[in-house]
Amino acid sequence: MANQFDHIRDQFPILNQQVNKYPLVYFDSGATAQKPFRVIDCISDFYKNANSNIHRGVHTLSRKATEQFEAARKSIATHFNVTNDQQIIFTAGTTDSINMVAQGLAKSHLKPGDEIILSTYEHHSNILPWQLWAQEHKGKLKIIPLLEDQSLDYTSFENLITSKTKLIAITQVSNTLGLITDLEKIKAIALKHNIPFLIDGAQSAPHMAVDLQQLDPDFFVCSAHKMYGPTGSGLLYLSERWLKELPLSKTGGGTIKTVSFEKTEYAEGALRLEPGTPDISGVIAFAEAIRFMDEIGLDSIYKHEEELVLYAQESLLKLSEVTVYGQSKHKAGVISFNVKNQHPFDVGTLLDKYGIAVRTGHHCTQPLMQCLNIQGTVRISFGVYNTKSEIDFFIEKLQKTIRMLS
Amino acid sequence: MSIQEIENEIVEEFEYFGEDWEAKYEHLIDLGKALPLINPALKTEERIIKGCQSQVWLNAEQKDGNIVFTADSDAIITKGMIALMVRVLSEQKAEDIIKADLDFINKIGLKEHLSPTRANGLLSMIHQMKKEALKRI
Ligand SMILES: Cc1ncc(COP(=O)(O)O)c(C=O)c1O
Repeated sequence: MANQFDHIRDQFPILNQQVNKYPLVYFDSGATAQKPFRVIDCISDFYKNANSNIHRGVHTLSRKATEQFEAARKSIATHFNVTNDQQIIFTAGTTDSINMVAQGLAKSHLKPGDEIILSTYEHHSNILPWQLWAQEHKGKLKIIPLLEDQSLDYTSFENLITSKTKLIAITQVSNTLGLITDLEKIKAIALKHNIPFLIDGAQSAPHMAVDLQQLDPDFFVCSAHKMYGPTGSGLLYLSERWLKELPLSKTGGGTIKTVSFEKTEYAEGALRLEPGTPDISGVIAFAEAIRFMDEIGLDSIYKHEEELVLYAQESLLKLSEVTVYGQSKHKAGVISFNVKNQHPFDVGTLLDKYGIAVRTGHHCTQPLMQCLNIQGTVRISFGVYNTKSEIDFFIEKLQKTIRMLS
Repeated sequence: MSIQEIENEIVEEFEYFGEDWEAKYEHLIDLGKALPLINPALKTEERIIKGCQSQVWLNAEQKDGNIVFTADSDAIITKGMIALMVRVLSEQKAEDIIKADLDFINKIGLKEHLSPTRANGLLSMIHQMKKEALKRI
């Protein structure tokens, strides 16, 4: 049956190339997704036709650039079902957003001795900003453990909560295992104890519809580059409360109503948190990337990638030398595995010789690796452009790789 | 044999594989497997060269005016590359080790393993071998 994914590859110029004399198989979208023509063109169009600084000029070009920038905010807000577009703050990406929240909260909300709950899945970007706070302010990090099947242990999660718990910061999808967090459970417990929660959406937003009105977190963060958009751009969603209350961790031009050397009256809304000239073309292209995804439909994307993941997982499990981590029927775009007695680096090196791009190592989740008692894994991750025949080719070459190594 | 002679020998050995990279890698893997292991007692923190992913242990000793290297890695392809380096640089004079340009890696088509983005610690290993030589001059 023909479907809309059949010819989607044609929209990604980079995929049309040979690597080591083989057609490129790009299985590393979890690290960063490739960009369709329309996103690439959007950046070059901006510089050809509208480049100008925003929010300050009286001239026509500046108005044009400002309009495109603010239209991007509106359309991205709509994508996440956020009514007040001011709740979308543009940042340099997930890591930048989490740092803004951590440094902001450290100024008012968090007190010495307070506790923050994270999960075993977390990416270093959702650990280190909190660890830094904890080290500087005698705070404490508590970690939601894993069950036998590598899903999160929600029962012991609630037992971690004390009167000092001030925040829960958790990923929606594990970037290493592809397992999906049950945010409804997290949210119910957070609400019951009246604790703010942050969702790291870096690996969920590329693969599934995220409704922020329904999830209603205090903070949600993601990166454009994993969503077919450019690097250097991303967002921080804030609830109405934090949009007003989050203390500033950085400040400067563009955020104000009036400034004197003695004091400053800040602007309201998103601008308060966006000092300096932003990545204007990056934000506009981010919105274009999201339009690209919306036109396909996030439910279709999820279904397409789930099919790929399940197909790859099944195929891998047929190989007796392979261990798949976090086996599940519900995964978002990512599979981690190892070949028995072989270093992931060797497996990745040989797959690369066949033009297959995979990621090997700890994937910036060393605590998770420690918990699984492994050094690293081979990770394959999918985007809209991947196909089952690429998976067949990968499995064939993986078998060859295993023969070569053993 | 001099460093240059060993390099030439390796280049000749690899010419046999021509464009057949699979055969070349199989050979590299075999070299890795055959590498005499470093004495486990020498696999200490000071001797570790950390790549982001695979790591290398390197030991240097002086013997009869030459430097003897032994090394190991947790990844087999890295180990194969190490085997080549040890073959070329071990039991040579410190001055010669420092001067070696190791161009053979380029000639046998494996220079990708020495690119600075490579996560295997090999480039750092070569720097370390030269530093060890420099210490003993
Ligand atoms: C779950 C998760 N969180 C955070 C990040 C960091 O994202 P960025 O490097 O775009 O800031 C990543 C990216 O690898 C991720 O997968």
